[in-house]
Formats: sequence, structure tokens, C-alpha cells
Amino acid sequence: MSKFTEDDLKKELETKEYEYGFYTDIESDTFPIGLNEDVVRAISAKKNEPQWMTDWRVDAFRIWSEMEEPEWANVHYTKPDFQAISYYSAPKAADPNKSLDDVDPDLLEMYRKLGISVDEQKKLQNVAVDIVVDSVSVATTFKKTLAEKGIIFMPISEAIQEHPELVKKYIGSVVPKTDNFYAALNSAVFTDGSFCYIPKGVKCPMELSTYFRINEGGTGQFERTLVIADESSYVSYLEGCTAPSRDENQLHAAVVELIALDDAEIKYSTVQNWFPGNAEGKGGVFNFVTKRGLCENNAKISWTQVETGSAVTWKYPSCILKGDNSIGEFYSIAVTNNYQQADTGTKMIHLGKNSKSTIISKGISAGKSQNSYRGLVQISPRAENARNFSQCDSLLMGNECGAHTFPYIEVKNKSAQIEHEATTSKIGEDQIFYCNQRGIDTEKAIALIVNGFSKEVLNKLPMEFAVEAQKLLEISLEGSVG
Amino acid sequence: MDLKEKLVSSFLAFEATVDTSNTIHDLRTEAIKSFEAYGFPSKKLEAWKYTSLNSVLKNDFSLFPKSEVALEYKDVKQYFINDIDSYKIVFIDGVYSSHLSETTHDKIDVCLMSSALTQNRFKPVIDVYYNTIVKEDGLTALNTAFAKEGAYIYIPKNEAAAKPIQVVYFSTGADNEAMFQPRNLIVAEDNAEVTIIERHQNLSDTEVFTNSVTEIYAGKNAHIDYYKIQNDTDKSSLVDNTFTEQHDNSVCAVHTFSFGGKITRNNLNFYQKGQGIDSILNGVTILEGKTHVDHNTLVEHLEPNCESHQDYKGIFDEKSTGVFNGKIIVDQIAQKTNAFQSNNNILLSDKATVNSKPQLEIFADDVKCSHGCTIGQLDESALFYMRSRGIATKEAKALLMYAFANNVLQSVKIPQLKNRINKLIAKKLGVDLGFDV
Repeated sequence: MSKFTEDDLKKELETKEYEYGFYTDIESDTFPIGLNEDVVRAISAKKNEPQWMTDWRVDAFRIWSEMEEPEWANVHYTKPDFQAISYYSAPKAADPNKSLDDVDPDLLEMYRKLGISVDEQKKLQNVAVDIVVDSVSVATTFKKTLAEKGIIFMPISEAIQEHPELVKKYIGSVVPKTDNFYAALNSAVFTDGSFCYIPKGVKCPMELSTYFRINEGGTGQFERTLVIADESSYVSYLEGCTAPSRDENQLHAAVVELIALDDAEIKYSTVQNWFPGNAEGKGGVFNFVTKRGLCENNAKISWTQVETGSAVTWKYPSCILKGDNSIGEFYSIAVTNNYQQADTGTKMIHLGKNSKSTIISKGISAGKSQNSYRGLVQISPRAENARNFSQCDSLLMGNECGAHTFPYIEVKNKSAQIEHEATTSKIGEDQIFYCNQRGIDTEKAIALIVNGFSKEVLNKLPMEFAVEAQKLLEISLEGSVG
Repeated sequence: MDLKEKLVSSFLAFEATVDTSNTIHDLRTEAIKSFEAYGFPSKKLEAWKYTSLNSVLKNDFSLFPKSEVALEYKDVKQYFINDIDSYKIVFIDGVYSSHLSETTHDKIDVCLMSSALTQNRFKPVIDVYYNTIVKEDGLTALNTAFAKEGAYIYIPKNEAAAKPIQVVYFSTGADNEAMFQPRNLIVAEDNAEVTIIERHQNLSDTEVFTNSVTEIYAGKNAHIDYYKIQNDTDKSSLVDNTFTEQHDNSVCAVHTFSFGGKITRNNLNFYQKGQGIDSILNGVTILEGKTHVDHNTLVEHLEPNCESHQDYKGIFDEKSTGVFNGKIIVDQIAQKTNAFQSNNNILLSDKATVNSKPQLEIFADDVKCSHGCTIGQLDESALFYMRSRGIATKEAKALLMYAFANNVLQSVKIPQLKNRINKLIAKKLGVDLGFDV
């Protein structure tokens, strides 16, 4: 990540091209386009899945086919044609167990361009990377170190084979197949993703990390992530994304399920930088993601996200605070520029006594973009002494963008204490003048102010991500203020 | 036959009772078609997510008053602010009561919608303003279709109404369950001033459903103060649709005091079509029993340099539910807008519910917009402080609640009205706070 090529990206952005918009020619084993029950069965067969998994997928497909695409979000786009997508594409001859030397040199070149040099990271960053290219994991590192601790970190397709009891128990337990349109679709056709299990009392010694990438043109990406932190364990999980440039919109419908058992803690950080479309709003990724975590007694789940990419984002990382004394946190920065649209936020469902949640959401809109915060804080009648604090701040740059706030607050218990506040502002001319006076040019001044605005959230990111995220903010807003 | 079908099919009968030759009737015919298409709002509509009208709509309402009931002033005196001099427009079961009313045509017009809709001399005003401010949905279309009676208040340029105007709708239960569609039009032209107090009161024990539409027009520099007192019986449901259009430098304040009723829904909409405008939306809601009050507000800032202030306080006991759904839209050209929205709630019972949805939609960058929402309880240490000084728990709680609602009460400009509201609150809280005004 240290090789994240900001300068190149800057240059590319100026010429309105996406730096990561290259296309690696790997012979793909791609299914014909379209979706029906046979395709779902074929995916399952391709993955050598046990019968229960196949049945689960087919069931999800049947549920999905009766569902309608949701329209309530504050975003406008041409709906993807689900029959025009290929639901399976794997780089040929991908063998997850082979050594790095066996990895397709083309792929390695692609990672190098992305700044995720696997071997470099191995040595320098103490981060285990489970790289996913077009739905199939091709390189896994540090597996051994993790295995010593009893930590399971592997592609979910392998986990289905090797740890079926865990997968069977937890998959769909937080995001059921029936949850929503995209979750049902994902349940039916997901091809791969990450699986992570932290045993009782273990603190994961390193940040677990996954990079996603959409490669093959016209293929959708349906990732499934399942993180289980057993009692008293701790894990910090990073997820980062880049995608190549495509003219037709690409669909990303992932499902992430987190389960924090008693006294466990999960920290889930995302830096999302999918291709946002060019300056005219053409192309770009549709990011329709369902992320949800379940907290048992005294457990804590913390979502941190930096969203700079995607043409359309529709994402609400949520916490179900089921256990007593459980804690949910949501820290988010969403940056939209040009024609990007983001409708993002969180849900905090308080069920347990003394449950607490904190929501800090920072929205930055520039260009002709629309940025919405949509959140739900729900206190059930049994959640005694529940506490929530929400803060949603929006920063507007230019007068062609929009910032919206849609908070839902539902309280059914008198002992609850809820605070919600939201502000909208712009970068003050006096602030910029102050910086200019001291020899900081306007562009840098804006970066400085935006960083200050976002600091509360940036501070929550793990080190490696924080630096990258800061750069990303700067680049995303390049040239947005005159 | 459900209520919607009944309403649509009785439109023919309704036509027989009104003049069908004028343009108003064209509006009615259009509106009934729209209502047929929209129907009543269901919980599936985002704006109606927290309020269901099902328990109201299942009643077999009688739609047109059949019998005329006369009321003596002394019997209903308590429902008026009776210690001030005022104009009065009073309706009994939807029919104008000249006996209880006090109208005027001296410089200003304070009279009936039925006259305004039919008489030629009001035509210039009706043609310009009637049905132009309201935004159509199922319920407003229904009202337009059956609109016939209500308050008509016209304050021409540079005039001020010398006295406040009380608009009171009584229902007597003489026609069993009844549904009413009052339609009010308030026009304050440039530099005009007017104060209005509106109340709906059910005098019987039968179900009443009122679907009211009020259009308010505020010309340049106009000042309008509008007070709504909602303290009806637990058999009375009200959907109050109020639409306000404001022009340069006008100030319009709507204060809603909701203390009772079965289901009360306030759709309060402000459209700022000029600069330097101030819109004030205040509300105090104190509920117990199974009552339900939903405040659904919208302020659209369409021009630069305007302000809006929303302050809604709610206290909810027993099984009551409160909803606040406030929306501020700042248009792209509405730079230098200051828009504030605050919703504070206190829950006194575990069965009470508050749903709050304060929304901002902002398309301009040089604005100051904020909203705040809190839900909490009475401060234990404050209660202890008072109790340690010999104030009983009940009184101490009442004092705290009174203080909580007080900054909204401060905005009431008529002392007698403020006094009345204070008394209503004291009665609600079951204490004598020992101070008036």
C-alpha cells in the first residue's frame, strides 16, 4: 500500500481516466450470461459444494426471483439487467494452494499496478492478504502464522469444504436469504469471499485484509464474507477495493456478516475506491452491499468506512446489539464527486440492556454528486438504558451537489437516551484565506480542511489505511473547488 | 363498501347540492378522479410509515350532515378563547352557525368559504388563490372534491385584522359517525397582518374524522400568526393539511398544540417563494392514553436569504405514540439559507413510542442548516433537587415538563391564549402550578 501511486492517479484523474482502468487478459472460465436455477446449481457444482449448500443457494434464488428491486434509496440509475450478467468467472487454473511463484505473472503485474505487491506486503506490512480476483482466491499468505493461533482465514469456498459445520451454522444467520433483493441474489450466486474464524480468547496478531477486484468485463461480483469472533476474541479486518474502468455499469452486490460472540470485538474497516465513472457520469460501479454484524453480551462491533468510489453506493453497515452491554460503532466518510451518488449510513438495533451505539458520519459532496446519510436507531422495549449518539456532518463544495440526511429514530423504551445532530456547511472563504496567507495554496488548503473535517473518522482507521485514505480524499476532491 | 368507494359513489349526490356550473366544480371533478387513483394513504407510503389510518377508515361515516343542531353559546363557551374580543367563524357538523359567529366585511373579509365560492364579488380572489398552494395527494384531492364550507379570510394590502379570528369546528354526533372536509383559505396580501386560532371539537362520544385543508398565502411583508389547538376526544381523528406560500420578507408562524385526539396527523408545508422570509413552526405535544400524533413538516427554501425555525417538543405517557417527520429542502439557488430544526422528546412510560425522522435535503453550498433530535427522560438529579426542597414528586415532574415545553409557549403572542394553554397543560399534568401566564 505504500506503493499506492497517488501522483499517477492524480495525473490520470486530470485527464479524466481512471488509473486502475486497465484490463488484464487472463483466460477466464466464464459462464454464459443469464441467471436461472440451472446457473445457480452449476455454480454450486463448479465449487464442489455439499448438497446443503446447493439447496441453500437454490432456495435463495427462488426467494430472489419473487422479490422486487428496491427503489426507496435516494439514488437514480438505470437498473442492471440481471439476465445480462455472467454469474461466474474464475481465472483459469487457479489453484488456491499453489505458491506465489505459480501465480499467473499477469495477475502479479496487476497487483503491482494496484500497489498490493503480495511479497512485499508479506515482508513489510505484517498483513495477511487474501486476494480475490474475479471471485476466486488465488493467493493466500500468512496462513501458517494464523493457523498456529487456531485462526481460520480462507476463501469461503474452501471453508465450505473444510469447516462446513461453522459455515452451516453461521451463514445467513445475520443476513438471512430473505433479507433484501441484493442479499438474496448474493446468497444464490456468490462465488467466493473470505471466511474468518477467531477461536475463544484469541487476539488476532495482525490485521486481516482482503482486496477485491472486478476484472472480467460484464461479470458481476458477488462476494460473501463471514467473520466469526468466538468468545473473548479480537480481530481487526480490512477490506479495500479498486476496479478497472468499464463503460457499462458493473454490479457489486456483496454480503458481509459479522458475528461477535460474548466479550468479543470485531473491527471492520473498509476503504472503497471502485471506479466512480468518468467526469460525465458514464460507467462506474454499482455498489449494493449488505453488511451487518451481530453482537452478543459485552461484544463490540466497529464499522469504519471510507467511501470514495462507485457510481452508485447503497450500503448500510449495521449492528444488531442483541446482547446486554453490547456496543456498536459506525464511523464513515463518504466522498462523492462528479456524478456519483451515495446513499449510505447505518442501522443500530438495540435489543440488549445497556447497549450503546455511536454514529459519526461525514459526507463530502462535490461536483454534481448527491450524498445521502440514511440511518436507523431503534430501541426495543426491552433495551433498558440504551444509549445512542449520532452525528452527521455534511460538507458541500460547489452549488451543484446535494447533501441529504434521513435519520430514522424509533424509541420504545423510556430509559433510552438518544441524541442526534446534523449540520451542513461549506468550506469557509476565511479558512482558505488563512491558509493562503501562510503560503498554502488553495488546493492544499482544501485538502487540509477536508482532512480536519474527517479526522474523527480517519483516526479510527488502522495505520496503513489511514495514510491511504487521506491521500484518497485528496485525490477524489481534486479540482472540485475553484 | 369501504370508505373510498362510498366517497367516490356519493360524489354524484354531492353534485346535486352545489353549483356545478362554475370553475370550482371543474376542480372538484378533477379532484375526485385523483382521489380515486390515489386512495387513502397506507403505511407503505414513506410519509405514512408510522401512522396508519386503518382504525379510522373502517368506520361507516356519514358524509353529509343531515340534521341541524343548534348550540347555545354558554354550552360551548369553554372551547373559545372567551376572554378576548375576536371574530368568530363557527361550524356545527360542517354547517355554518351564524348564531355563534361574528364575521366582517369591513375592509377585510372574514366569512364563509361557501359564500366565497359562490358569490361573484369574491371571484377575483378565489380565482387567483383557491387550490393553487395545496399539493395534491389522496387526502387533499378528497378535500378538494368535497370542498364546500370552511373559513375564508382575506386581508387586502396594508390592512390588519383588528382582532384575532377564531375558527371553530364543532361536531355533535347527531349523524352518528361523521366525516368532515373543511376547507380554509387565508390570504394576507402585501403588508397585511392577521392572527388566527383554529380548533376542532367533538362534543359527542361518536367517531369523527376530519380531513381539513388550509391554504395560507402571505404576500410581501405580511405577518401571519396561526395557532392550532388540538385537544379533542379520543374518538376524534384529524388530518390537518396546511399549505403556506410566502413572499418577500413575510413572517408566518404556525403553532400546534396537540393534547388529545385519537389520531392526529399534521401535514404542515411551507413554500418560500421570495427573499428575506421567516417561517416558524412550533409544536408542543403532550399525550397519554392511546393517542397518536404525527407531525409531518416540510419547509422548501426556494429563494436565497431566508430562514426557517422548527421547534417541536413532545411528552409521551402511557401507550401514546408520537411521530416527528420533518423535512427541510434547500434549493440550489437558495444560498445563505438558515434552517433549523429541533425535536425533543420525553418518554414517561415503557409503552410509549417516539419515532423521529428529521431530514435535510440540501442542494446549495452556502447555507447553515442543522437539525437536532433527542429522546430522553426527566433529569433525576433535578427531581431530587426539588424534592429535597419540599416539592412533591408529581409537582416536581410537572415543573420540569412545563419548563421543557416553555420556550415554545413563549412564542404565543396572545396572553389570554397563552394562559389558556398553560391551564390546559396544568390540567394535563394533573397539577396546579400556581402561576398563570
